[in-house]
Amino acid sequence: MSQLSTFHVGKYLFGVDVALVQEIVRLQQITPVPLAATEIAGLINLRGEVLTAIDLRARLGLPQSESTREQVNVVIRVDDEPVSLLVDEIGGVLEVSQVPFEQTPSTVDEKVRDLLLGAYTLPDRLLLSLNAHRVLHEVAA
Amino acid sequence: MEAIDEIVAEFLVESYENLDQLDRDLLELEQHPGSRDLLASVFRTIHTIKGTSGFLAFHRLEKITHIGENLLSRLRDGHIALTEERASALLKMVDTVRDVLTGIERTGAEVEGDDSALLSLLSSLREDSQAAEKPAEGAAEAAPAAEPGNSGEAAPAETAEDGAAAGATGDSGADGTSEDAGAEDGSAAGNDPAAGDAAGNPAGDAGDAGNPAGEPAAPTPQLGQVLVDSGATTPDAVEIARMEQGLGDKRPIGNILVEHGSTTPAAVESALESQGSARSVVDSSVRVDVELLDSLMRLVGELVLARNQLVSRLDEEQDSSKDSSLARSAQRLSLVTSELQEQVMKTRMQPVDAVWSKMPRVVRDLAHQCGRQVRLEMEGRETELDRSVLEAIKDPLTHLIRNAVDHGIEEPEARTAAGKPAEGVLRLRAYHEAGQVHLEIIDDGAGINPEAIAAKAVERGLVTEGQLASMSAREVINLIFLPGFSLAAKVTNVSGRGVGMDVVKTRIEGIGGSVDVTSKLGIGSTFRLTIPLTLAIIPALTIGCAGRRYAVPQVSVLELVRLSGEHARGGIELISGAPVYRLRDMLLPLIRLDEQLGLVPADADIMSDLPGPAGPSGAADPSGAADPSGAGTSPEPGAPTGSGASTGERGGFIVVLHAEQQRFGLVVDDVLDTQEIVVKPLGRHLKGIPVYAGATILGDGTVVLILDAATLARRSNVLANTSAVTTENDADAVELLDPVLVVEVTGDRRAAIPLEMVTRLEEIQVSAIEHVGGREVVQYRGHIMPLVRLATLLGAYTEPATEGALQLVVYTQGERSVGFVVDRILDIATERADTRSDIDDHALIGSVVVGDKVTELLDVQSAVLSADPHFYSQSATSDTAFAPLSQETYA
Repeated sequence: MSQLSTFHVGKYLFGVDVALVQEIVRLQQITPVPLAATEIAGLINLRGEVLTAIDLRARLGLPQSESTREQVNVVIRVDDEPVSLLVDEIGGVLEVSQVPFEQTPSTVDEKVRDLLLGAYTLPDRLLLSLNAHRVLHEVAA
Repeated sequence: MEAIDEIVAEFLVESYENLDQLDRDLLELEQHPGSRDLLASVFRTIHTIKGTSGFLAFHRLEKITHIGENLLSRLRDGHIALTEERASALLKMVDTVRDVLTGIERTGAEVEGDDSALLSLLSSLREDSQAAEKPAEGAAEAAPAAEPGNSGEAAPAETAEDGAAAGATGDSGADGTSEDAGAEDGSAAGNDPAAGDAAGNPAGDAGDAGNPAGEPAAPTPQLGQVLVDSGATTPDAVEIARMEQGLGDKRPIGNILVEHGSTTPAAVESALESQGSARSVVDSSVRVDVELLDSLMRLVGELVLARNQLVSRLDEEQDSSKDSSLARSAQRLSLVTSELQEQVMKTRMQPVDAVWSKMPRVVRDLAHQCGRQVRLEMEGRETELDRSVLEAIKDPLTHLIRNAVDHGIEEPEARTAAGKPAEGVLRLRAYHEAGQVHLEIIDDGAGINPEAIAAKAVERGLVTEGQLASMSAREVINLIFLPGFSLAAKVTNVSGRGVGMDVVKTRIEGIGGSVDVTSKLGIGSTFRLTIPLTLAIIPALTIGCAGRRYAVPQVSVLELVRLSGEHARGGIELISGAPVYRLRDMLLPLIRLDEQLGLVPADADIMSDLPGPAGPSGAADPSGAADPSGAGTSPEPGAPTGSGASTGERGGFIVVLHAEQQRFGLVVDDVLDTQEIVVKPLGRHLKGIPVYAGATILGDGTVVLILDAATLARRSNVLANTSAVTTENDADAVELLDPVLVVEVTGDRRAAIPLEMVTRLEEIQVSAIEHVGGREVVQYRGHIMPLVRLATLLGAYTEPATEGALQLVVYTQGERSVGFVVDRILDIATERADTRSDIDDHALIGSVVVGDKVTELLDVQSAVLSADPHFYSQSATSDTAFAPLSQETYA
């Protein structure tokens, strides 16, 4: 895993293995699902397919965004089921094989830290490598 | 290598089909032992399998079928008759062949096996008459003379039709009789030299044995034979014509016959037609991989959605856009899409016979095994279902049928003793009704004894005596569907093992169907399955609630009631915990969708929202759904217009739903429209929320959740078994019990009547009261209904009013009713703060605190008996045969 698709949530820069990312879409309506866990933002219509959208902010325990900007859907495919992660802004694809990889520093919020594989120290900032399986699996229904 | 595998695979598919056909034919043959058509069909089927297995070098298969064929040919020639013994042996042969085929499918080669018993059985059965074979009997009597090991004769079977035709042209010297179809219509097959060779040689071999080669391999009857059979000419004339052909006359036999004046052109015409129709079935159908169909169906689903989106977008822009040609194209697209959808759905439809056709064999074997005589009747074989549905009902259906034979239909002696014919009748019925398929399995057997069911259910701890008391006989019988229930009074190796009735129920409900049983002791039982036509696309009602849309499957929807103005105020009875709507004098429990979905606090008073004047009525206009103004952002487009001001006055609707044998009303803001929706499963993260049955995408692209009616009913404490469930929001100390109707008896004395004992609320005029033997009665629905004045019953003294109206609470069982006269109907409550304390009083069970008032709990049974001492016993005889049960449990 040398290429990460990156995106911003709150003050953090995250990345997931680019191979897991099916596509990035700026959407559109989300149908909320009453009674679902708070991390579930709702359902989206991706070209006729109904996907669950997970609010990454809520999942990471971050406060709701103040911004009125539309969030972006990062559609990742894990266990053959596409799921959308709602992020604030999309970054680019970064080649990280030459970037030093470390344990997540303790300055990162604890709830965020639980969902990480580790951190890449880019020259100007930290790129947090997201554990996609864990992000998706432990959302309570 | 692959080519061979493909051939083998084809052979397997074909042979399985042939075997199924064989099963059917043999069974039918038992009914009509003389039928030459059936015998010929059976013979041909076996012959085809034999031929192909010889060609593919499956020698074991070839040997079995060969011996079977010998027996069959003697049967066909009328040398021996079809006895039950022979039928069984032939069926056994079919089974063995099937086993061997399964082996080939699994391993790619024949598995070894000892067939000597079967073979000698088949051979010995051939021997009850030693009459010599008469191979020369005629062309149609093609002979059984194929020698064991002479696979030459078998080989052409692979190219069955063509081979025979080619045989005629390639080798017509040896085979003077083959003026069959191929030669008749221009010998298309004759142009194929390979086929000519393949068929020609063995045909010659067989010819040496004095045995015309064409016939057994050719499923198409020869024209001459067809003409003779239809009486249009004589065998002699055909013989002469054939001889002429043999001498070099190249004309088709029909022409020769017409020229000789032996028949008419019209007769030849119709004979050709009947010959042709035998083949056209083969020519006009194609095998298609089921997966291909499934993916086709998925694509069409997407197309339908895309179409819906396009159409709704166009509607939206209709005013601004003047491009009418675009609109026309869209309309055309819309039509074609609908048609395509319909046609693709059709390709997936199969007649129920696809499953039923296996049943005669199952029933026959089972009947023999259990010593029953059973006649199977099928009605509506052609009723079509989606293949996925068909697949899903196969096992449950088989189980029910086995049960019916084993447990339902009695032994012949028992039947005769009971005055029934020794032969039991098992009827399968299928029909379409209201967009669903109904399947019935009806036996005329012993029926189900509800008392035995009840006893067993209590013994197993599945229900309590108390629960039984309030159950109708029908409900009691339906207990057999509970998990863990088995009437193990008699375990046989037929039923009582493996799947139980609960599995049947689970499977059927899993595909959105339902199963129900009715039974009359000594007369028989009927199992009724109600199944959706298809699982992929369902009609649904779109409703609005709290600014969002939801879909409810149309099958659950009974009716819609608009709540507005007076209607709402008059219809809803005042309520604290369990709102009830009075719909045509029936009490309909209500739940609010917004509350169920946690969108408003659970304790919001249903009355406070209800109008005043009707809410904005535009909300009910179906165009609301097709008008996604402001698409793209939330709040959702097309959202119910009335709900914006939901805190204020608003109208609303009650969607009357039916789920799990219960009716209840779902209060929603709006009813939008009905449309066909494509059901999409929810992702893993949402599977755990039972209220949703799935999601769908509407025409404007909005994702909409599909509600599950049964779950809603359960969640809302409507169903009987939910008293243990507490609502999430108030897990307080308030005890939730079965709902009770609170009435004012006199002054501020109150009584509570279990709601399940309340059939109706009525208002009658005092003048309508008549007297019979000191009792007060009224005429009610064509019957005489005794009245009980609760005040008097409870020992309060009141002066009966001499005019005006009286409030009645009516309790009905079967055809008998009792009316309780009360002062006022107050409320319906589920919450009781205090547990009941014993009161030693006539007609009371105890007292509870409802709201903040002490309320006496009426003992309905004793109250009823005080008005009509024979209420229960008489209703037992007049009601149903099962009512003694309720009498017993009430006692």
